Amino acid sequence: MYNRHHMRENYSSIKEKEIENIITVTQLVHRYGDHLALNGLTFEVGRGEVFGLLGPNGAGKTTTIRIANGLMHPQSGEIRVLGFDPCQQGTQIRQRSGVLTETPALYERLTAVQNLEFFGTLAGMESDILHKRMNELLGFFELSDRARDRISNYSKGMKQRLALARALLTKPELLFLDEPTSGLDPEAAKQVHDLIQEVRHQNGQTVVLCTHHLYEAERLCDRLAIMARGQVLASGSLQELRAQAAPEIHVRFSFRKPLSSTQYERLAHSTGVIKCGQSENHHVLVQVAEEAVIPGLINSLVQSGAEIIAVEPQLASLEEIYFRLQQRADEVRK
Amino acid sequence: MKLRNILAIARKDWIEVRGNKYAWVPMLIVPALFVVILPLVVILLLTKLNVDPNILVSDPDLDIFYSSMPASISQFLDPSHPIQFAITIILGFMLAPMFLMMPLMYSTIIAAESFAGERERKTMETLLYTPATDGELFLGKVLAAAVPSVSMTWIGFIIYTLILNLAPFYEFGRWWFPLPTWLPLIFWVSPALILLGIAFTVLVSARVPTFLGAYQTSGSVVLLVVVLFIGQVSGVVYLSVGVGLILGAILWTIAAILSWYAVRSFNREKLI
Repeated sequence: MYNRHHMRENYSSIKEKEIENIITVTQLVHRYGDHLALNGLTFEVGRGEVFGLLGPNGAGKTTTIRIANGLMHPQSGEIRVLGFDPCQQGTQIRQRSGVLTETPALYERLTAVQNLEFFGTLAGMESDILHKRMNELLGFFELSDRARDRISNYSKGMKQRLALARALLTKPELLFLDEPTSGLDPEAAKQVHDLIQEVRHQNGQTVVLCTHHLYEAERLCDRLAIMARGQVLASGSLQELRAQAAPEIHVRFSFRKPLSSTQYERLAHSTGVIKCGQSENHHVLVQVAEEAVIPGLINSLVQSGAEIIAVEPQLASLEEIYFRLQQRADEVRK
Repeated sequence: MKLRNILAIARKDWIEVRGNKYAWVPMLIVPALFVVILPLVVILLLTKLNVDPNILVSDPDLDIFYSSMPASISQFLDPSHPIQFAITIILGFMLAPMFLMMPLMYSTIIAAESFAGERERKTMETLLYTPATDGELFLGKVLAAAVPSVSMTWIGFIIYTLILNLAPFYEFGRWWFPLPTWLPLIFWVSPALILLGIAFTVLVSARVPTFLGAYQTSGSVVLLVVVLFIGQVSGVVYLSVGVGLILGAILWTIAAILSWYAVRSFNREKLI
């Protein structure tokens, strides 16, 4: 089971290292005809972090990856990737980045070896280094036995693993993963999640993960930008997003016996308590103004004779944060 | 521009074409028809099945056709040997423009598979994410279409030459083909048609997103050959050496102009 503390720890250690920005995007605007795909997009990605671009379909995630790799030019705004300008130096960026597109987009009439050989050659890899790396990746992704089979005979999960191997072939400094688990069954999706984490921990690459799967983003990302209609609604670590979108603190008290009405009233009217939920099955959910209030509440309840067996802070999940931000954006638009 | 990248793209496209039966089956059937079956049938009819060759020698309707024929061509026609005359006029002369259909067909099929097919299978974007430059991608794909087209045209011509000399050898008693008029067609006009076919298909592929759609649309350039065929049969145009050289120069010019537009249309932003 995923532990949110793990995400915070990762981010803190990155912070300590004085984050150097690998990607800086400022006020990016891009249109497809009349459709405004990016509308003043702004965010930064630090070296070594897994950064999530989270948003519904059409939010502008794929367009951002394309612009970052020099495939398209924005109408206005600035973007620097690995110190290069994608509009002028796309080739230099593509030499240092790996991209997993939304669909595996492999050459189905070629074998896995032929696919990797082709992309390795175009990336300028020397033949002996390329073959060593191919064997390494095919082994890592458990595809060695089927390496000389045509891709058309592969399962969806195998194709996705091979596409990931292709993206990692050159040991890129920067990895873009666009919906890496799109269309995969839960088992294959979990496999891809584990692989991303393993790869990241082994090589320390910077990863930009585009997804609309909240669980995936929460599990894998150090920091996130929540997007809608070509804009960033909020960005930061989960803790920072929570502070922006869901700053209120909920605490769940559990008691050996249900609270008496006197005890409940005392709790409900304590200083710092904003809202006190109904007492249900030995539990009470309390919304407080700040964390500092909690020890005082515990003390007060103990003095009133309440037998506390657990006090659990209830943090807003990424899902709650995401939907609140999207809802706010909709309200502003209306 | 890296040759290694250009060759890698071409090699990959060749493997892809080999795997697409809609691409390679017509590339086998049509040449088999024009290069092997049709000449053998004509030779068989005239030499073994007693079809009268004099209908081509003495038909008054053909008088104008023969009278306006340039000496550079008519010198190869001997009315005193009706079978030789008929074989020469049908297979050595009239079929020449139809032979040009093959390089056009090869180049448009392979180019459609290479350019539109790549977009249809949604692999183009992955290719665009590689460090290969637009020029390398374009040249790799042009090479993928041009080399097999030229090779197959020339191999087809060698087979045709062998059949036209060996099958009626008893009638001619000598090695009579190729006639000089064929040389500019095969070595000057055909490569121009191949480049024209590729450039035209690249332009079509930018608008038609499927292999079959691009192939069918770009197949309309075959009309050029049909016009030549009708011109030659009706006596309006005679594909003499001089005409072949001029025709080639015109086609190279058109191909160069189309290629310039094709190069301009081939950049990452337009391909995605």
